[in-house]
Amino acid sequence: MNIHEYQAKDLLRTFGLPVQPGEVAETPEQVEAIAKGFGGPVVVKAQVHVGGRGKAGGVKLAKTPADARTIAAKILGMDIKGLTVEKVLVAPAVDIASEAYVGIIVDRASKRAVFMVSPAGGIDIEQVAAETPERICKLAVDPRYGLLPYEASNLAFFLYQDGARARAASQILQKLYAAFISCGASLAELNPLVTQPDGSLVAVDAKMVIDDNELDRRPSIAALRDERSEDPSESAARAAGLTFIKLEGNVGCVVNGAGLAMATMDLVKYYGGEPANFLDIGGSSNPEKVVNALKIITADPSVRVILFNIFGGITRTDDVANGIVQAVTRHPLRVPLVIRLTGTNDEEAVKILASHGMSAMTDMDAAVQRAVELSGRAAA
Amino acid sequence: MSIFIDNNTRLLVQGITGRDGSFHARQMAEYGTQVVAGVTPGKGGQKFDAGNGTMVPIFNTVEAAVAETHANATVIYVPPMFAADAMMEAAAAGIPLIVCITEGVPVLDMTRVYPFIREHGARLIGPNCPGLITPGQSKVGIIPGRICAPGPIGLVSRSGTLTYEVVDQLTRAGLGQTTCVGIGGDPIHGTTFTDCLMAFQADPATQAIVMIGEIGGSDEQDAAMYVGRDVTKPVIGFIAGRTAPPGRRMGHAGAIISGAGGSAADKVAALRDAGIPVADRPVDVVDLVRSRMPSSVPKAVAWR
Repeated sequence: MNIHEYQAKDLLRTFGLPVQPGEVAETPEQVEAIAKGFGGPVVVKAQVHVGGRGKAGGVKLAKTPADARTIAAKILGMDIKGLTVEKVLVAPAVDIASEAYVGIIVDRASKRAVFMVSPAGGIDIEQVAAETPERICKLAVDPRYGLLPYEASNLAFFLYQDGARARAASQILQKLYAAFISCGASLAELNPLVTQPDGSLVAVDAKMVIDDNELDRRPSIAALRDERSEDPSESAARAAGLTFIKLEGNVGCVVNGAGLAMATMDLVKYYGGEPANFLDIGGSSNPEKVVNALKIITADPSVRVILFNIFGGITRTDDVANGIVQAVTRHPLRVPLVIRLTGTNDEEAVKILASHGMSAMTDMDAAVQRAVELSGRAAA
Repeated sequence: MSIFIDNNTRLLVQGITGRDGSFHARQMAEYGTQVVAGVTPGKGGQKFDAGNGTMVPIFNTVEAAVAETHANATVIYVPPMFAADAMMEAAAAGIPLIVCITEGVPVLDMTRVYPFIREHGARLIGPNCPGLITPGQSKVGIIPGRICAPGPIGLVSRSGTLTYEVVDQLTRAGLGQTTCVGIGGDPIHGTTFTDCLMAFQADPATQAIVMIGEIGGSDEQDAAMYVGRDVTKPVIGFIAGRTAPPGRRMGHAGAIISGAGGSAADKVAALRDAGIPVADRPVDVVDLVRSRMPSSVPKAVAWR
């Protein structure tokens, strides 16, 4: 789960990290009032879950409260990579002597939480990794001991020559690790971690990603989810217990299992079509899931055909067939349906479908070819 | 022959009285797996009816179950928040093979579980996996038994239903399996492609190996390097997720293209560089296997 910059900063402050002050606003009037309160120039920052906000014009410096109001009026409601800006963060502008990068991710290769730090901050760390990898220092943390003080100190001295600054950075690294673990994060970044002219350190931007699997045991963090910042079809799918990802094509796909769902999309492409979505209805045999899946897919006007690909192992294909019948009875489809099902109770499933005037195929390739053919015909 | 499980596997089921655990304990017993014990804290002393008159004793702790029944493998069907502890409890009790079916285990939990399992010398398969099956002998997990048949093919996969699809096509084509292993779709998992390839290479009954990978991580690339160096048996690959957009999690927690090397194209290239033919469609796996098998292989016969 992505959380907004202002939410990440609020969380990190509670762990004692030096984070730039700031307040969140939803109207230009609020922005002006906040800017007045801070006095002096402020930065107005769009709160959306995409990278490259700055380049898209979503981050601007305002010299006066009136400026801040004008700028906020432009940024609020702005479309950044398909997402509408609903909130902005207003923060006092900071004088920058130098910028560093500090981050933690869960690394699959070492199977540990790994720190990455670089004195080249303020830019995309992947760019630093590609161009000047020697300016990045990595450290895999042993989960039994956590980040040991000497390890934090080693990383801190990679960032700063000055002893006092390195001591401060060492404290920041240990607090960031504590926040990372306590919040169940899979990523936490301070970028940039700014050295101010007086030598003090402050995080000017912060990013955190929370492991979805942690949310059940962290209700206060789960409550940070901002539904308005997601594609509505994806939040509807999550509420229905489905995994759904919207894509650009016109062949709607309903599949059981993530691997088979990906393979089905790939096969659609192989036969010259374009998948409209990734959708995994999971392993359970609940007809209601099928009803919800169809509701979500048919809400997309670009969908020209819907392809079911069900391999019944634990999933009972007769349950899926019942779900299809229920769904199309309640909400008749405006696009053709191609059903492929095989496995557990498939004879029963075919009977159920046949009694409602539908048929099913058993071969995956044949079904995908048929769906692609129909998608082309409907579009023409 | 087979890898990891066979006729001698004595299985413990952690979470045997839960909805999934009880259903699959019966399915496994029905397949012929020796289900010797169950664990549900608080229900120790009770019996679980696994069907066909098999009454499985239930214990409060894994330690007690192992002491009493000499279980040498365990399968875990407990809710995600308790799965890490269940895996560690099993390892501490000395069980050498731990299979965790549970989906949704927090990845930070796995950073602690993984070294713990290693220190105790156990093998972990999963989490978030369908388990494994040695057709005709033993099934541990949820792979449907009726799509498998004994034979010479070793199969390893990160997926569930995609594995069933491929196994079903192999079996229908007369190509049975030594063992099918689902290693799971999470970013941190106990057993890798390379571990399974090593085991299949060492298994005299396995004559060809199928590996089914997907986007995310670099497990497939590591396996390709190992195959190029040390595997003499034919290996056939398939990679799912060629059309997956970068940065999105495709159902499995680990199926996400992020940074270098995670895309399907990278994986296909790595496999092909190592001399592994990669099927463009699941159905092509069968032809690729057949074209590389010795002609004397007997036809698989469905076991049940």
